[in-house]
Amino acid sequence: MKLNKTIIALAISAAFLSACSDTDEKDASLTDGSLNASSGINDASTNGLNKGYGMNGSSMNGNGDYASTLGPEFNDPNNPLSKRTIYFMLDSSEVMPDFVTVISAHSQYLIANPSQHINLEGNGDERGSREYNIALGEQRAKSVASMMKARGVSENQLNVVSYGEEKPAVLGNNEAAWEKNRRVEVAYQPR
Amino acid sequence: MSFFNKVLFLLALSISVTNSHAALTIEISEGISSALPVAVVPFSSTAAPVNISAIVNADLERCGYFKMMAEQAMPSKPNTASAVNFNEWQSASQNYLVIGQLADASNGQYNVQFQLFDVYKSGQLLGYRMTSSAADLRKTAHHISDLIFEKLTGKRGVFSGRIAYITTTNPGSKQQSQQLQIADADGFNPQTIASSIEPLMSPSWSPDGKKMAYVSFERKTAAIYVQTLATGERVRVAEFPGINGAPAWSPDGTRLALTLSKDGSPDIFILNLSTHSLTKLTRSFAIDTEPSWSPNGNSIVFTSDRGGKPQIYMVSSQGGEEKRLTFSGSYNARASFSPDGRNLVMVHGNGNDYRIAIMDMSNKSINVLTSGRSDESPSFAPNGSMILYASKKGGTGFLSAVSIDGKIQQKLVFNSGEVREPSWGP
Repeated sequence: MKLNKTIIALAISAAFLSACSDTDEKDASLTDGSLNASSGINDASTNGLNKGYGMNGSSMNGNGDYASTLGPEFNDPNNPLSKRTIYFMLDSSEVMPDFVTVISAHSQYLIANPSQHINLEGNGDERGSREYNIALGEQRAKSVASMMKARGVSENQLNVVSYGEEKPAVLGNNEAAWEKNRRVEVAYQPR
Repeated sequence: MSFFNKVLFLLALSISVTNSHAALTIEISEGISSALPVAVVPFSSTAAPVNISAIVNADLERCGYFKMMAEQAMPSKPNTASAVNFNEWQSASQNYLVIGQLADASNGQYNVQFQLFDVYKSGQLLGYRMTSSAADLRKTAHHISDLIFEKLTGKRGVFSGRIAYITTTNPGSKQQSQQLQIADADGFNPQTIASSIEPLMSPSWSPDGKKMAYVSFERKTAAIYVQTLATGERVRVAEFPGINGAPAWSPDGTRLALTLSKDGSPDIFILNLSTHSLTKLTRSFAIDTEPSWSPNGNSIVFTSDRGGKPQIYMVSSQGGEEKRLTFSGSYNARASFSPDGRNLVMVHGNGNDYRIAIMDMSNKSINVLTSGRSDESPSFAPNGSMILYASKKGGTGFLSAVSIDGKIQQKLVFNSGEVREPSWGP
């Protein structure tokens, strides 16, 4: 260890020594300091490898499919309860008129089933910065939550979470993918 | 000594199992036109496990400041000063010459020595002898590169540094998982310090390089963790209702600036890591996020959409008046200071393009440095000369680096998987 940290500036050749000895000495002190520092770093990362964290969360898709087990109305394409994704315009958290029916239908179901909880999962497209997209995703989910509350849904039935651009529904670098990723997913939670 | 070396040896073994080669390679896409010609003669060595001169050559080549001489073109291959004939290196149009030796000193130790010469002055600029364990030889090589770089450019070298980043394996599949990794600056020795099937985000180095703060959704909601790299010990420092994001260490390492939305809209808070006291810094009804400290700790810049679109604002770290800094472009976000505090780097959006831009704090002029369509997460090198950032092309995320004048461009190519959110270690 001591040896590792010890560096000796060497005047390798007498022919060059006289011209450059000052420089060598100055650099030698720099060298010693920075090698000490990097030893600490290497030690740290070594242990980091052995003690890194592996987390086994639940499945990627969360509980997204649970709603389909609640009743036929959740699988009937003509019933607004079958629609559980609300889409948004670029950099906007304003709910578009097309989705009011969907939000109203889920609100009515939640009012009729007060023990049912949902997660409102806000998401964004990949453009722009990641933490800003987390904030934007939360605003989208909160827009939907406030509409549901205005329709009489109890606040404790609603849980808002934002994944920003971290959980894209569709992979791709074009508007077709982006518009599918700017969304709030209504995720029914197992009772 | 023996314990340390054993740990390093174990590390080397486990890496060779999972990553026989670098997870990333760095390609230089554009260097400076005035790159200095340098010849690194292969060091003489006795069965060393690491080719030190090749690593030094690659480091110097990659940084964009030097034009490295091909081995085949070298007029001779001296390993001692007395064997150097400066005339032949002058004829070969080389400005600088590096020679060296690597010798087995037994007990698993190696003696490494090198000299840097100014070819036209026929004189030595640097001469060092170092002792290194076998496991430390790569580190020693990067250290030699740092010494040469500093001598020739006057700037601190960053070859010995480390970078953190997030990578996704099996993207889009049920087996998708995310890893927070740390690697050497040249991409070798990648180590996973956290792994989750839920998102990991926003890695932030402590100023001493010993800890990492990051966001993990492993409990299905956002939480901020601080992990000690040496022990793996991990503390969950923030898990409030709503957003827990964008952790940023204060320059003295005692506090984290972060984003919380527990009171409604996302605001900037400061968490004292020893007392656990939480201070609210901003109070707008809009989005306030992505705090970053000035190097002296007096100011914090952040992103806010209080004016309609995201722009960069600045506030004293004690609180007070919040001042808008950016007025050019429809989207400016994720700003951070250069190490000397003179510039801010940020994501600059205009229309559909999001690029990395640098702003001069003295006159607030903005200079766009990159040409991608979706560039993000800029991070300054500790010497302030380069900016590491994330790019996307064809659906895959990769890392790039650009010099602060935009003249040097590097692309960091990973073997597999998507890579994002790079953060250059201190």
